[in-house]
Amino acid sequence: MHTLVLVKQVPDTKNAKLHPVTYTIDRSSTVNITNPSDLHAVEAAVRLKETYGGIVSSLSMGPPSAVETIRETIQMGVDHGFMISDRAFAGADTLATAYALSIAAQKIERTVSPLDLIITGKMTIDGDTGQVGPGVARRLGWYVLTNVVDIVEVQLKDRLMTVRRQNNSGYEVVRTPLPALLAVDPSINKPRRASMPNMVRAARYQPTIWSANDLEGVDRSKLGLKGSPTIVRKVFPPPKPEGGERVEGSLEDQVKFLTKILLERPEWIKTREKV
Amino acid sequence: MQGRALILGERKDGKLRQVTLEATSAAKKVTSGEVVVLLLGDGSDASTKEMLGAYGADRLLTIEHEALRHYTSDAFMQALRAAVDHVQPEVIVFGHTAIGKDIAPRLAARLGAGLISDVVDIVEKDGVVHFVRPIYAGKAFEERTIEKAPMMFTIRPNNIAPLAESAGRNVQEETLALEIKDLRSMIEEVVKKATSGVDLSEAKIVVSGGRGTKGEEGFKLLYELAEVLGGAVGASRGACDAGYVDYALQIGQTGKVVTPDLYIACGISGAIQHLAGMSASKVIVAINKDPEAPIFQVADYGIVGDMFEVLPPLIEAFKKIKSA
Ligand SMILES: Cc1cc2nc3c(=O)[nH]c(=O)nc-3n(C[C@H](O)[C@H](O)[C@H](O)COP(=O)(O)OP(=O)(O)OC[C@H]3O[C@@H](n4cnc5c(N)ncnc54)[C@H](O)[C@@H]3O)c2cc1C
Repeated sequence: MHTLVLVKQVPDTKNAKLHPVTYTIDRSSTVNITNPSDLHAVEAAVRLKETYGGIVSSLSMGPPSAVETIRETIQMGVDHGFMISDRAFAGADTLATAYALSIAAQKIERTVSPLDLIITGKMTIDGDTGQVGPGVARRLGWYVLTNVVDIVEVQLKDRLMTVRRQNNSGYEVVRTPLPALLAVDPSINKPRRASMPNMVRAARYQPTIWSANDLEGVDRSKLGLKGSPTIVRKVFPPPKPEGGERVEGSLEDQVKFLTKILLERPEWIKTREKV
Repeated sequence: MQGRALILGERKDGKLRQVTLEATSAAKKVTSGEVVVLLLGDGSDASTKEMLGAYGADRLLTIEHEALRHYTSDAFMQALRAAVDHVQPEVIVFGHTAIGKDIAPRLAARLGAGLISDVVDIVEKDGVVHFVRPIYAGKAFEERTIEKAPMMFTIRPNNIAPLAESAGRNVQEETLALEIKDLRSMIEEVVKKATSGVDLSEAKIVVSGGRGTKGEEGFKLLYELAEVLGGAVGASRGACDAGYVDYALQIGQTGKVVTPDLYIACGISGAIQHLAGMSASKVIVAINKDPEAPIFQVADYGIVGDMFEVLPPLIEAFKKIKSA
């Protein structure tokens, strides 16, 4: 079984500083991390390898610093790391990103072996909201399952897999043919710590890096800014929270006050009647 | 813009979801053209039509099919593509819901269209429509434009106000026959979680608990309060990790994003990842023992106190009001 995980290096938004004028992430003062949600994807892929055998590859699109993210996947037990890195990819929105990644995935199939599965995280913390995975699957003509909380079973012989996914009202168990793309929910697992041998291997690991020229048959008009139908016009800060009113006084006073503000809004009371 | 708009409508227990009316209003901010709402699965009733007309829809397109009663991206994609071929829209709108998040990127890739997700506001500048969405876990907002048709976007529930029109439109109804073929994935089992009935992402009131609830006992109080107020219960990741409640209730960066009229945070410290999921709520009430808890920085009303002391009399007070 050959599984590919898609991973992204992102600015650590928790501690990120924003440029005071442009409100873009100030890269010089911000550390980069592997998108936390992607580590769950790596963990899921490595566990599949442990259960069913086979290999795991990882792929990232990004600047040269993304090597660190690939190394982190190697630490966790990934076999082969790939990057696509080129100015031609810069400024890509989700559509252009999905296109580039799908072309690279096809090259990985030619370089290593055909893929059975692609796993992605739920979303990235720097602004994408889970569009890339489904976009890649569409380009490859594969089935997608998002919000996966458990991989129940893989039947390699029949080329089928069964997963549990969260939906609006609960869960559903779905069986789908392979190859497929899964976007996993963080609750699926707890990413492991690196083992000593994998750490040693990762420290020296050099991923295969492809530029746009290395991707045979790529349509350059679909890459980067050129291939992106949506454009960022402006970035601005949210209104500053001022911190509100502290409700003082005895417990009784506090409860009275709360009851009062809740009752002040007739529209809330209306909602109440629906139940 | 004058092109047609297509909206993927959603229903819950046979009733239109609020986000569909919001999407109708959003579409009208983008185009002056005809607004078509698509409903999949079962046919619709008169009240649905009337409701859509009141909020400015011109046409209702339904595709009735057994395979569309329950969401699968396979069947929904086939239906959506048929609808797009039929309507030829220049604007396609989805709710930023479980279904919208799943299907919109697939359709966008298929159409080679630009997609902007999680839109919270739409503004026009010099005749160009700008879509506003949060980035960096709510630390900033960006305005994006879409350079070519079709324009696709998903809207975050509870942000774009649904606008009722003074004179409701007379909605033209049309049914599209569709043969759904080669379904590749099969749903083997559907497990419905017993929830209080109100959908978390669309609830007007959310009562949310963190590690400070200490466990199921604490959450029992939250469920009681949510019940008397007609709200839904949410949770911090801390509470989910501790096993107090299911991850389906998690609010925050890696959970659900909610923007209710009222958010009551009980025993939640207010980590940035949690704030990312709720700080845009219209009114925030926080109950926390620790006066330094960061949740107080975003709260409109902060109560420094023990939730186990504050909640019972509050619930009692509302029970009395309700029975009065
Ligand atoms: C990548 C990543 C993603 C994350 N995503 C999310 C997310 O989506 N959502 C999320 O919520 N978190 C998320 N987190 C976790 C987040 O950082 C916090 O750890 C979590 O929100 C803390 O939960 P909490 O507030 O319930 O617990 P704590 O931080 O332990 O706070 C408990 C609070 O309860 C108060 N308290 C205790 N007893 C009482 C009482 N009797 N009455 C009143 N108050 C009391 C305490 O004063 C304290 O402030 C994420 C973290 C990471 C690293």
